[in-house]
Amino acid sequence: MLSCKDVTRLLSESMDHSLPLGKRVGVRFHLLICRFCARYERQLLLIRETVRRLVATEDGPGESSGESLSAEARERIRKTLASP
Amino acid sequence: MAKSATLDPSDWVGRYGDYLFRYAMLRLRDRSAAEDLVQETFLAALSARGSFSGNSSESTWLVGILKHKIMDHFRRQAREAPPGDCDLREHPDPSPFDGSGHWASGPTDWGGNPADLYREKKFLDQFTKCLAGLSQNHANAFTLREIEGADTGEICKVLNVSETNLWVILHRARMQLRRCLETHWFERSAKKGP
Repeated sequence: MLSCKDVTRLLSESMDHSLPLGKRVGVRFHLLICRFCARYERQLLLIRETVRRLVATEDGPGESSGESLSAEARERIRKTLASP
Repeated sequence: MAKSATLDPSDWVGRYGDYLFRYAMLRLRDRSAAEDLVQETFLAALSARGSFSGNSSESTWLVGILKHKIMDHFRRQAREAPPGDCDLREHPDPSPFDGSGHWASGPTDWGGNPADLYREKKFLDQFTKCLAGLSQNHANAFTLREIEGADTGEICKVLNVSETNLWVILHRARMQLRRCLETHWFERSAKKGP
């Protein structure tokens, strides 16, 4: 029987490679009877999905967090480029 | 010279400076390192402009160069990290499990409809803070996997760890990040109410 500690580790691993069948079945069975681990899985997947969308928004043009180069850095880089 | 006719380095900083900076900041979490990489990217682009094929846009080409710089940065950090810094270090959070491996205190209900989370301006700040709270190696592994979308084989090479080791690092990173977001975002916003 897998413990919750084992299952959280395997849930993370399953996000990086596909688990062998036996382990996959063990995890799925555990999730049917353990609401905490089921919730843990949903939250890990939510974090992954949210990060993906954040990255798409941040890396895309237009709407973003508004982080920008400081005036000093901008000036320094301009100068360096002008006489590399 | 027709090839490089579409490149216009004179206004690179104005047109792409902030964009490249944001891209680097999201991955490095360090202003001065991000600024340095933006500068290095422009310099590398300047000396390599003869190789610009015109098949991609100027901005895509510049981001491609920046990506390489970011990978080099992670490689350097992994090399320079004190030996045993991360992998053997104890989990900084108290274990959420009891002696028999069951949840001592399980994940709390995050409620509502958190699918639109990415639209909330302040969430990015909190996420970045939580990520910065991880050890450098854990944060870099998570960044490469979830932000950069690299596959585990590539990450192992960059961070110089075995695959089994990387799975453990990513597991700990996810667990700690989840806990941090729960404490500093979900439980806090639950208390504040609508």
